Amino acid sequence: MSERPLTGQYHSSPHNHIEKHRHIGVGIGEEDVDRIKVVLVGNPNVGKSIFFNHMSGLYVDVSNYPGTTVEVSRGRFNTFDVFDTPGVYGISSFTDEESVTRDCVLEADVVLNIVDSVHLERDLFLTQQLIDMGKKTAVLLNFSDELEKQGIDVDAKLLASYLGVPVFNTTAVTKKGFEHIEQAIAEARKGEQDLTIHRRLHTMLSRTGSEAEALLILEGDEVIAQRHGIAPGEDREVMYIERRNRVNIIINAVLSERNRRKRIGSTFGRWAVNPWTGVPILAVVLYFVYLFVGVLIAQDLVGFTEETLGHGIWEPWIQGVVSNFLAPQSWLWTILVGEFGALSMTVTYLLFLLLPLVVAFYLALALMEDSGYLPRLATMVDRSLNAIGLNGRAVIPLILGFGCVTMATITTRLLESEREKRIATSILQFAIPCSAQIAVVAALLTGAGFQAMVIYTATIFTVFVVIGTILHRALPGETPALLIDLPPMRIPRIDNIVRKTAFRAYHFMKEATPWFFVGALVVGIMQVTGLLTVWQNILAPFTTGWLQLPREAATAFVMGLVRRDFGAAGLYELPLTPDQIVVALVTITLFVPCIASLMVMMKERGSKEAMLIWFGTWVGAFFVGGLLSQLLI
Amino acid sequence: MQNAEVIPLHKVRKGRRVLVVRVPEGKTRAQLIRLGILKGEFLKCLQRLPGGTMLVEKNRQEIAIGASLAGAILVTDATEVL
Repeated sequence: MSERPLTGQYHSSPHNHIEKHRHIGVGIGEEDVDRIKVVLVGNPNVGKSIFFNHMSGLYVDVSNYPGTTVEVSRGRFNTFDVFDTPGVYGISSFTDEESVTRDCVLEADVVLNIVDSVHLERDLFLTQQLIDMGKKTAVLLNFSDELEKQGIDVDAKLLASYLGVPVFNTTAVTKKGFEHIEQAIAEARKGEQDLTIHRRLHTMLSRTGSEAEALLILEGDEVIAQRHGIAPGEDREVMYIERRNRVNIIINAVLSERNRRKRIGSTFGRWAVNPWTGVPILAVVLYFVYLFVGVLIAQDLVGFTEETLGHGIWEPWIQGVVSNFLAPQSWLWTILVGEFGALSMTVTYLLFLLLPLVVAFYLALALMEDSGYLPRLATMVDRSLNAIGLNGRAVIPLILGFGCVTMATITTRLLESEREKRIATSILQFAIPCSAQIAVVAALLTGAGFQAMVIYTATIFTVFVVIGTILHRALPGETPALLIDLPPMRIPRIDNIVRKTAFRAYHFMKEATPWFFVGALVVGIMQVTGLLTVWQNILAPFTTGWLQLPREAATAFVMGLVRRDFGAAGLYELPLTPDQIVVALVTITLFVPCIASLMVMMKERGSKEAMLIWFGTWVGAFFVGGLLSQLLI
Repeated sequence: MQNAEVIPLHKVRKGRRVLVVRVPEGKTRAQLIRLGILKGEFLKCLQRLPGGTMLVEKNRQEIAIGASLAGAILVTDATEVL
């Protein structure tokens, strides 16, 4: 199995082991190693990428940092190489984002620190840390216009003299102050280090050769300490408090407040968090997401792409091409272009069904994220998710699960602890029906009547809660508490949304595509060798005896292996009573995520855990389905 | 006026201002300090959600704190003092 890289340990990939010359991101350093590296650093949501997009223009190379899902963009500005790093609150190794930003900063020649002037109190901690690291720094104060509205004055000159680095006022949205960017890079310099920290640095400096690394080691950064074979310092807290105090002094000097007015955004933001208003807001948001993803994309667009482009044009064409070389219906032909063929079904599935859905879901997610709604939703549901051993952050994979469980399983990486990842993955694989499946389930349930719909929903929801609760009780450890800042509600910027969506969709497709092919191949081979029939025969007694469904339903279940919605679709043709429909749909929802999601789960969670969950879904599905059958039928 | 009674943050009512008396040890401590939540600092309670998830304001920054963490942060009411 491939061990998941843990927070801060991603650099243990072989090429990084041999240290000294680390590279920022992927594909960097293949040319022009001498270019000056300008690295953009800032807290989350400070508008960093607007600066980056402005500076780099069209030619941007977005890549994943090795071993992480963290995005690092690289572009060219005049004669400089510019890097956009993930937003962080400080430089250390607590999360993947921090580790990536840390390494980018360590390699930087010039750091451009983007600061949200409305949140100086929060952002200057990072600024001061960058300065304490001895990096050549310049500060760009963003949201200067917002200051005006909020009745806050920031004395940029005074701030510059406190920090010892140049400070410029900007408003990224209108590109005001962008003419200073070049000047900022040119004038960037080492700032005023905190005095006590400066003294401490001296002793460590002789051992590392770089102030930045010396500082991080003093602050107890285990990863950097290990790189130098030095024991990490134990003074993180003292130094953080020291820095915090210095920042507070600076703030008191440079910031003055006139009376503040409330913004509409902040009122809405408050509503989104409070359950009484937040639940209706969530309902409305989900309804719009449904209209967009569920109706416009899943039905209208996919209806066209899958039927017309996939089944209508692509599949006959590729079958024709392959038939030139292979005898139709021969075993290799079947594996390649047969009913479940890797070139026929899988291509149609990936390009004409999954891709539009994934793009739509990521788009919806990016909108929720950039508007500031998502962190508020996470806050609202935090307590409820505590009951199943998760915290508010888990809403993201759970929401995505309704789009594609495979995609959501990958997203569980953003959860803090292994325990949370384990719980979230299990819930996703058991109880969350993906969009492909929901469509078929909804159609069948509509036919079966209102009561069937209620029983189905209640059963799935109960399983969701029960699985979560059992795992929460059974697994050792605690749920890490939620601790997030809520950025102000803002109108999202289209270019950011598009870029984010494109990056994520591309990344997902790149990562998941091979597994969909492997899955199809496995099933294709099972079909050719007759193993598929054997499997159906094994399941048949359970199907007729315990679930009280027709024998053919077993086929539908096995088809669920290939694609979850195939499983459900296979039930269309069977003469079932409404109760039987409920039993069959519950069973099929609970068991077996498609093969691609199994593969991805094996990669994320290790084969042992993945097989355990996979096997568990079979047992769980037949147990719950059977129980329901005994009660209903 | 009530005299400095120490209570966990998740018991604080909406609209109150509090003085932080103690921040728990552990992984989140560094993050709390970065956000400015440390001993001797003032916070405003914006909202207390059912179950104890807290929404606080540290100057112009809204921060959500899960119930278990909020329960481990000790504060005293300082509304009258400010």
